Amino acid sequence: MAERIIINPVTRIEGHAKISIYLDDSGRVDSAQFHVVEFRGFEKFCQGRPFHEMPGLMSRICGICPVSHILASAKAGDHLLGVQVPPAAEKQRRLVNYAQLLQSHALSFFHLSAPDLLLGFDSPVEKRNVFGLAEKHPETARRGIRLRQFGQRIVELLGGKKIHPAWATPGGVLSAVSTDTRDEILACVPEAIDTLQKALSTMKSIMDTFHDEIEHIGNFPSLFLGTVSREGELEYYNGLIRIVDGEGNIVADGLDPLRYHTFLGEASEEWSFMKFPYYKPLGYPGGMYRVGPLARLNVARWAGTSLADRELREFKQRIRESVCQSFHYHMARLIEMLHAVERIEEIASDAELLDTHVCARAGQNRNEGIGSCEAPRGTLFHHYTVDDHGLIQKANLLIATAQNNLAINKAVEQTARRFVAGNTMTEGMLNRVEAAIRCYDPCLSCSTHAIGQMPLVVELKSSTGDVLSRIERG
Amino acid sequence: MSVRTLEIDGKAVTGVAGQSIFSVAWDNGIHIPRLCHVGGVSDVGACRLCMVEVEGQRKLVAACMTPVEEGMVIRTNTEQLLAHRRLIVELLFAERNHICAVCVVNGACELQDLAASLGIDHVRLRYRFPTLSVDTSHERFGLDHNRCVLCSRCIRVCDEVEGAHTWDFSGRGVNSLLISDLGEAWGESESCTSCGKCVQVCPTGALFAKGKMVSEMRKDRRFLKYIVTAREKHEWVR
Repeated sequence: MAERIIINPVTRIEGHAKISIYLDDSGRVDSAQFHVVEFRGFEKFCQGRPFHEMPGLMSRICGICPVSHILASAKAGDHLLGVQVPPAAEKQRRLVNYAQLLQSHALSFFHLSAPDLLLGFDSPVEKRNVFGLAEKHPETARRGIRLRQFGQRIVELLGGKKIHPAWATPGGVLSAVSTDTRDEILACVPEAIDTLQKALSTMKSIMDTFHDEIEHIGNFPSLFLGTVSREGELEYYNGLIRIVDGEGNIVADGLDPLRYHTFLGEASEEWSFMKFPYYKPLGYPGGMYRVGPLARLNVARWAGTSLADRELREFKQRIRESVCQSFHYHMARLIEMLHAVERIEEIASDAELLDTHVCARAGQNRNEGIGSCEAPRGTLFHHYTVDDHGLIQKANLLIATAQNNLAINKAVEQTARRFVAGNTMTEGMLNRVEAAIRCYDPCLSCSTHAIGQMPLVVELKSSTGDVLSRIERG
Repeated sequence: MSVRTLEIDGKAVTGVAGQSIFSVAWDNGIHIPRLCHVGGVSDVGACRLCMVEVEGQRKLVAACMTPVEEGMVIRTNTEQLLAHRRLIVELLFAERNHICAVCVVNGACELQDLAASLGIDHVRLRYRFPTLSVDTSHERFGLDHNRCVLCSRCIRVCDEVEGAHTWDFSGRGVNSLLISDLGEAWGESESCTSCGKCVQVCPTGALFAKGKMVSEMRKDRRFLKYIVTAREKHEWVR
């Protein structure tokens, strides 16, 4: 008898999702789908609003990575004004972007994923959380929380508050950085570096115990997309897009993020609110690509900071071509965090950061503005069309998690095939399916702004693709 | 100048004949809530937030529109009055689209402060969510009808202080809408002098300086006192 296994809700991710696994007559996994069941509507309700309000409005998309939305939105605003932001403002924006990357990755690694990694996928579910982690590995949990606090503190110092800081604006930022702020940031750097080096060494020591998970949780070739500097270094604020394939070959390079719509397409499916972006030249769904920490490390030649470069070299030596195993997103996050702390120190040590000229003033000079940056979960694009009076006519947001949507679905299906057999399910088995998703640290609240339809239809399909049963809800 | 003696909230106070209850109360440190009153222009009693109880009178009276009388006993802070004020503010929130979190005057808004001081943590009425436009046709300023509470401060300051009378209301009741001239876009108004007084007296983010982002705008009304002192006392002092 064909059967459907539902995991609802998926735990320890940002937002709400549902997974459906379809079994065939013999009880084997036939297919699986990752449904996003939230609807936000940001692209719709920002219509008619002045574009200067956009950074503040768009930051409300997400409480985890509001800074990314503020930056992409402010950059789209810079584009509409046609100005170049003052150097001090750009440094502030970069600094806060690294700080947010740090706090978001620290949350993903230490709070959400470390329970699986350090306590084991098959450990009791009631203990497999951050509290269980604090009990068994109190020092790791404490340091993880402190690391996240460091990132949050920088956002608060520069932006005025930890979450949804109203600080970056089209043309620059609102206020200058004081020497006290700079000194406080620099004082926290050594502890953060020490925490990350310890975490990296722990992660490397336990990596081999996850052989099965590494091989079977989202291990498939795909394209990887990320931003790099002109020299091919890791870049998070202002660079060019590079795409590599599963073997590490460069598929496209030097792509201008302002022309994203020429190489990225957006498909939609009835069963999910999340869009399905794809690389246009390879079509849908063949143009599946991944973004985020692993993708960025795959597309960049080097990090550009000494400690992160050492770790990146070692990481790349493990597997000669591109790293296709989604499991390595965790390791990639640790390397990125190390890089972020090094960059934070670099920027905070730069006297130009303290310059008081932080905002370029200009009127609206264009009707179309695009802003992009690397958010913790991947490349983010904000695209606004405004009328002559600066009111938003159309907004298109291309969010990192949505760009990973095809890959997340593929990872769920692959993981289900390996770990779900028959209709007897164990908690550890289900958690591995969830873990396949958690690798991407999906932020569903961010990514569900596309206008779609409620997942009203549930279909049971046989191995030959015939619909065995169809249920319509509501 | 004849003096009137009366009692407000148990406190013996004095006022001048013709002075409003509201004005005498504020002179004596009793701050009655208001949205439509702004010092320096005439009062219209539009917001009804300053309603007070006067002993011996069955109906509540608007403090800004009622002159003090000898021997009056006034209460400004009873449970009934607080309930009325809460309801008025909730009605204002429900009537249009007030989204403090993304508003230019978040943190410096009279409506927001009023709600906080009245302890309003939710609105019991169903929101209307009307579809209202934003007019950013003016070079320096913008008008967002979503945030307008129809207090008419802008209309009065434009008429009585600037002498332009660019602003007025169209429609009635819930369909009332602030308009410039005869309904033209603000940027096309021939009477507007672009002085910005209306923007500064607006209690919410309905009238705002263009280019401001969330929580960035702070309104400065000191100019009004300066102008009014000059007009009434012929002294150009702040």
